[in-house]
Amino acid sequence: MKRSGEVIIEKVLALSGIITILTTLGIIWVLISESAGFFADIPLTDFLFDTEWTPLFAEKHYGILPLLSGTFLTTLIAISTALPMGIIIAVYLSEYADKRFRRTVKPMLEILAAVPTVVYGFFALTVVTPFLQQFIPSLGSFNALSAGLVMGIMIIPVISSLSEDALYAVPKSLREASYGMGATKFQTSFKVVVPAASSGILVSVILGIARAIGETMVVAIAAGQQPNLTLDPRQTVETITAYIVQVSLGDVQHGSLEYKTVFAAGITLFVFTFLLNNVSFWIKKKYQEKYE
Amino acid sequence: MKHIEAKNVNVYYGENHVLKDIDLTIKENTVTAFIGPSGCGKSTFLRTLNRMNDYIDTFRKKGKIFIEGKDIYDKKVRVEELRRKVGMVFQKPNPFPKSIFENVAYGLKIHGISNKMEINETVEKSLKQAALWNEVKDKLDKPALSLSGGQQQRLCIARTLAVKPSIILMDEPASALDPISTAKIEELIQELKEKYTIVIVTHNMQQAARISDRTAFFYMGELVEYDKTSVLFTNPSNKQTENYITGRFG
Repeated sequence: MKRSGEVIIEKVLALSGIITILTTLGIIWVLISESAGFFADIPLTDFLFDTEWTPLFAEKHYGILPLLSGTFLTTLIAISTALPMGIIIAVYLSEYADKRFRRTVKPMLEILAAVPTVVYGFFALTVVTPFLQQFIPSLGSFNALSAGLVMGIMIIPVISSLSEDALYAVPKSLREASYGMGATKFQTSFKVVVPAASSGILVSVILGIARAIGETMVVAIAAGQQPNLTLDPRQTVETITAYIVQVSLGDVQHGSLEYKTVFAAGITLFVFTFLLNNVSFWIKKKYQEKYE
Repeated sequence: MKHIEAKNVNVYYGENHVLKDIDLTIKENTVTAFIGPSGCGKSTFLRTLNRMNDYIDTFRKKGKIFIEGKDIYDKKVRVEELRRKVGMVFQKPNPFPKSIFENVAYGLKIHGISNKMEINETVEKSLKQAALWNEVKDKLDKPALSLSGGQQQRLCIARTLAVKPSIILMDEPASALDPISTAKIEELIQELKEKYTIVIVTHNMQQAARISDRTAFFYMGELVEYDKTSVLFTNPSNKQTENYITGRFG
């Protein structure tokens, strides 16, 4: 016989697990059922191929492409900033820095991830944009470039920290083999250690991308709220997340078609982040098999 | 000809005095075995010969080591050039997680050789020298990690040969392998000695007796006895050596 206290604890633990799963299922259910209402009125082909997104205007269009391009553009800028920086930082910390420096700096970098994103948003709007305008006069006061750059800085810790873990886990024997043939530290780092850690680095990049796609405050504040099918980083764009904020904060009537657009946008976002998370999970699993 | 010459070498790890007054000369085209119980300093000494200990923060060395007449710890020596000349094979096979071909080509590429023909030829030649060519010639693009342990170790030897060293240091190269793979490695060492000077650390005294021309017995950081293998194993002049090779301790 188990003691009754233990039975209660077991139940409580199981319940917490079940609540998490139920919440996730609930979110998916709401997304699907509400966007089903949207797609009952708007054909899927309009949603996927129309090049304008104007549900809040008199002349309504429901093409997701401008929001997707906005998300894609800011994410691309963010990842192009974060990837080189993140990997250079990771290589430095793992291969070059002495142990004490690594122990101090790594947690400090992770603090970057703890800054509230709204602060990043205002930093982009009030510091980065005016600064960049000195060099690029045609830069709008809301633009994809500043938002993307700042978002890139924000996800550096995601990439540098996870990549550093992956680099650090590469067996010392591989480094020795490389040095033993007369390779320099630089050659060893970039031709042996980085490739050997590539799957771990890839996972960090995918998680960084997922973070950038789902990021809301920075783009809502600094990139603007004007759906725009463009890949010009100087222009105002609206991302999926920024649109959801815009409608949720506005006075759109509950249950109306405008209201349901939020869920259609939301499910699109969900599909992307869900896929990315799964890909990273799959890579991680494969990688572990290889090294054990 | 003297190929390696150590003069009064002392090594410290922090306060720890791990090698004491080592004097030793190794001739060209010979196999020299370093034997002795764990912690006797034989691996440390091997690693001072290609400056692998440079990466240990607390490492300090006194005395001089000459290879082909040059002081290898001289400030003017580029450690990358030294290691190109003094190759190393490690205890556990450590191929890179790349293809078989790339593993052997790596050393050439880092030394700036980009001519495809030259790389292809050297890869083939090195794999042949390491007695691995026939087993891998049809799958050069396969991952090196798909090979067996013994094949991986011969790949590591091929990889070392590719950069054309004159000395090969081997740190217990067969200790992680099965008897058949071990026999192949030993056979290979005999062949390689015609062109290279080989220094091998081993725990296995039969192995030292089988393959080496000269044997050095290390104990507690000292070079106790260094002689022809046939002499050292049949008629050791030192009591400690005799106790060790007859299995009374170690």
